Amino acid sequence: MGITDKIYKYIFMVIAFSSFIFLTGIIIVLFKEGLPVLSSTGIFSFLFGKSWYPTATPPEFGIFPLIMGSLIVTLGAMVVAVPVGIGSALYIHEIAGEKQKMFLKPVVELLGAIPSIIFGFFGMVIVAPFLQNLFNLSTGQCAFTGALILGVMAIPVLCSIAEDALSVVPKSYREASFALGANRWQTLWKVIMPAAGSGVSTAIILGISRVMGETMTVLLVTGGAAMMPKSIFDPVRPMTSTIAAEMGEAAVGGEHYHALFAIGLVLFLITLLMNMIAEYISRKYRMKLGMDV
Amino acid sequence: MLEEIRIKVENINFFYGLKHALVDLNMDIYKNRVTAMIGPSGCGKSTFIRLINRMNDLVSHTTLKGRILLDGKNIFDPDVDVVELRRKVGMVFQKPNPFPKSIFENLVYGLQIKGVTDKKVLNEKTETALRKAALWEEVKDRLNDSALRLSGGQQQRLCIARCLVVEPEVILFDEPCASLDPISTRKIEDLIVELKKDYTILVVTHNMQQAARISTKTAFFLLGELIEFGNTEDIFTNPKDKRTEDYVSGRFG
Repeated sequence: MGITDKIYKYIFMVIAFSSFIFLTGIIIVLFKEGLPVLSSTGIFSFLFGKSWYPTATPPEFGIFPLIMGSLIVTLGAMVVAVPVGIGSALYIHEIAGEKQKMFLKPVVELLGAIPSIIFGFFGMVIVAPFLQNLFNLSTGQCAFTGALILGVMAIPVLCSIAEDALSVVPKSYREASFALGANRWQTLWKVIMPAAGSGVSTAIILGISRVMGETMTVLLVTGGAAMMPKSIFDPVRPMTSTIAAEMGEAAVGGEHYHALFAIGLVLFLITLLMNMIAEYISRKYRMKLGMDV
Repeated sequence: MLEEIRIKVENINFFYGLKHALVDLNMDIYKNRVTAMIGPSGCGKSTFIRLINRMNDLVSHTTLKGRILLDGKNIFDPDVDVVELRRKVGMVFQKPNPFPKSIFENLVYGLQIKGVTDKKVLNEKTETALRKAALWEEVKDRLNDSALRLSGGQQQRLCIARCLVVEPEVILFDEPCASLDPISTRKIEDLIVELKKDYTILVVTHNMQQAARISTKTAFFLLGELIEFGNTEDIFTNPKDKRTEDYVSGRFG
């Protein structure tokens, strides 16, 4: 190998491994900065403590209300995003003609390209007051509004991954089904969907991690109250918006600062787990279809 | 055995967009016979058999002229139920295409979509079909295994069984051995000859020896036209058309 070849090889190697370097760096920082509070507060009372009063004396660092906030918003968002995202994918892939497909696919992609801050202020200025009037709430900035907006934001992710899963299903399955006298719906429900099933579940899981990690929108529309939500119409403060809202005020190196890192760590571990599950399922799926893994 | 016409093809012209894929096709397909379609790639033989169960309905931008009569009834008439037609005219494809389900689920699929739920009926019909497809002995102890775990030849026989379960009367084979080894090919060929007793069979094949081995009638296609159609023996030993002779003697193809 010539000397220039070698130089090129190493340049590209560094580029390719840069993601790995960034990832390790982030993990190290998260653990280093997050662990002190876990040891002082205790993992259990940190995760399941019901009070988050980081600036009181003595401060309390229980993130259970924040976890619940994230959870309720995520679940709500999935109720919106799963049927709409997967329904759109099915329509685009199975039913729409060429012309509609050419129109719908870019539209869905464009929806995914809108910056989250725009969803956020749209939610805050238009959706929240509207829902406040509609349901006669004390505030429109609540878990429900957050779930609605985040649900819409997750549609593109779900739709495009589910559509990919559908397009990987071999055409021969469809032919076999039709040749046996099945109609379009039977083929869709009994052959195509089961064959794409794990790919579609991957789409759902990746949608969940997208919603879990979303910050800007929830900061603007969910009300920001770090309390245990009693209903979906209560204001909540998910983990991400807690970090975003409080990091500026926390004294660097103080307990509050470490607690926010620990929240970040929890968030990171949750999304990591989600991604691993998604990877596992899609691997099984490819094996089921007899593809190389 | 008396020759009885099952399918009558009348003046079929078929277009993919502007491409004239089948030109003025006329032929008769006989009951309890194996009719082989031979010819070089792209000659229209697959297109032709895909008309008989209307699989080409799934392809957009196509035009069809002419009639195909199955038991005297034009299958392209607006009042024909495609689902019914496809139950009557089964199809086995070039590449084995079992569903990514268990062997049993593959077999009962055609019955379940018809609304059959009786477990006993499903079991019985599954066994009958697998026996007819000469696969029963090999799979009877592992009906719940994934069909994709079977070998290519077994998968193809499974697809034949899956097709037989719905009790068709006509079976279309679209190059059924194209992706199989010689031993599996032999099994499928024996099977086709066996099935001839109960069914009307059409086989598309690239392999002229195969056509000679299994068919009673042979149709030679070239560039969308039916060049010659007759008893297999005549086509291979005493072809009337120069082009047929050139093809069967291996001068092109």
